[in-house]
Amino acid sequence: MIDIKLMGLTGSFAENKDLAREVRLNTIIPGLEKKEEILLDFEGIEGATQSFIHALISDVLRKYGPGALDKLSFKNCNENVRKIITIVVDYMQES
Amino acid sequence: MDIYLPNSAFLGNIDPFLRQMNLSEPTKLKITANKKWISVHPAVLCIIAALGLNMKPVDIGCERLEAKSKHYLKRMGLFRLLNIESDISVTEHEPAGRFIPLTKIINSEELTRFITDIIPLLHLGPEQADSIKYVVSELVRNVLEHSGSKQGAVVSAQYYRKSNTIRIGIADTGVGIKKTINNAYPAETHLEAIRLALMPGVTGTTQRIGGTDYNAGAGLFFIKSIAQVNREFFMIFSGDAMYKLLRNKPDMRRFTLHGDPFKDRHSKREDCPHWQGTVVGVDISLNSTKEFSILLDLIRDAYMKTIKERKKEEYRAPRFI
Repeated sequence: MIDIKLMGLTGSFAENKDLAREVRLNTIIPGLEKKEEILLDFEGIEGATQSFIHALISDVLRKYGPGALDKLSFKNCNENVRKIITIVVDYMQES
Repeated sequence: MDIYLPNSAFLGNIDPFLRQMNLSEPTKLKITANKKWISVHPAVLCIIAALGLNMKPVDIGCERLEAKSKHYLKRMGLFRLLNIESDISVTEHEPAGRFIPLTKIINSEELTRFITDIIPLLHLGPEQADSIKYVVSELVRNVLEHSGSKQGAVVSAQYYRKSNTIRIGIADTGVGIKKTINNAYPAETHLEAIRLALMPGVTGTTQRIGGTDYNAGAGLFFIKSIAQVNREFFMIFSGDAMYKLLRNKPDMRRFTLHGDPFKDRHSKREDCPHWQGTVVGVDISLNSTKEFSILLDLIRDAYMKTIKERKKEEYRAPRFI
């Protein structure tokens, strides 16, 4: 399992899309290619923008389909972060 | 270019200010003001600063200001940012006045630092901070990604005790919304481009529903929705067009977010002097920022509904001949 602790990268407010893209391209996608489980740990993160979450996971869902969610887990998300992740996941599955 | 600072220009009454701007002769800027009182939204200051940043200080002329509230312009950092002299002296307090002076942001790292710094400056608690950080981040990233502005974004914010609101302004002198949207959609007017830019799922980077890996086309829709849920103003001005979300009545239960901004309670105009770039102003009430979580539920519903409608519009049945 690949455990990605986002707080150390983004600080308490996850908004930097460039960082999100780097995490996706350099860690999430290579991990999924190796059939690894990916754990995105939001511990310490108080808020996130929709743009950040979109840059982090939308292309994963587009490339691998909803099945990617079987390999992708979100840990320590507060209520607002959960809702934003849900918005992006729902949106990508509907579009 | 001539800019006159009136005694009052906030989002509710900003129209006369926008219409009276003289944006011809873009190599010189003359700033004049009401003699008695100047009280303006941060977006107004951002407009002046964004114009001035594109010229040499020697080409900016500011008349001797007489208004009692003239020190406000100094405290907000207008003269410092434009590197011009002013005879206004103020006692520089520790910035506990709950304002963010005019700040130029030209890259992602500066934005991240800015967002970290603004919350203590505005003395906000964690719940109140969510909406503010969200709005500033999405608006500035839009500028950095889409505007092509060499000067980046000019941002400013101010807390107003009487209304318990934070008012945020941001301006750029980049390509404007129409040019960005026209990369993917054939909007013929600036107003139509603004309308498209406010619709969830529309981005200038692709026509594909779902956006690209980097752009979902939802940033402005979220920001307009934050203002709407807070029953506050949101204004966007680009080219000759201005769209303004008007305040909602305080009845949350009958509250609906629309994908199409023209279905919201709004005003719009297409007779403004041509602004080469984009200006956004947004007011956020601190009385109701605890509703950020409710806002996200409303956004999710409106967002999904709009996506389904767009998919339905794009659906084509096979033609059997």
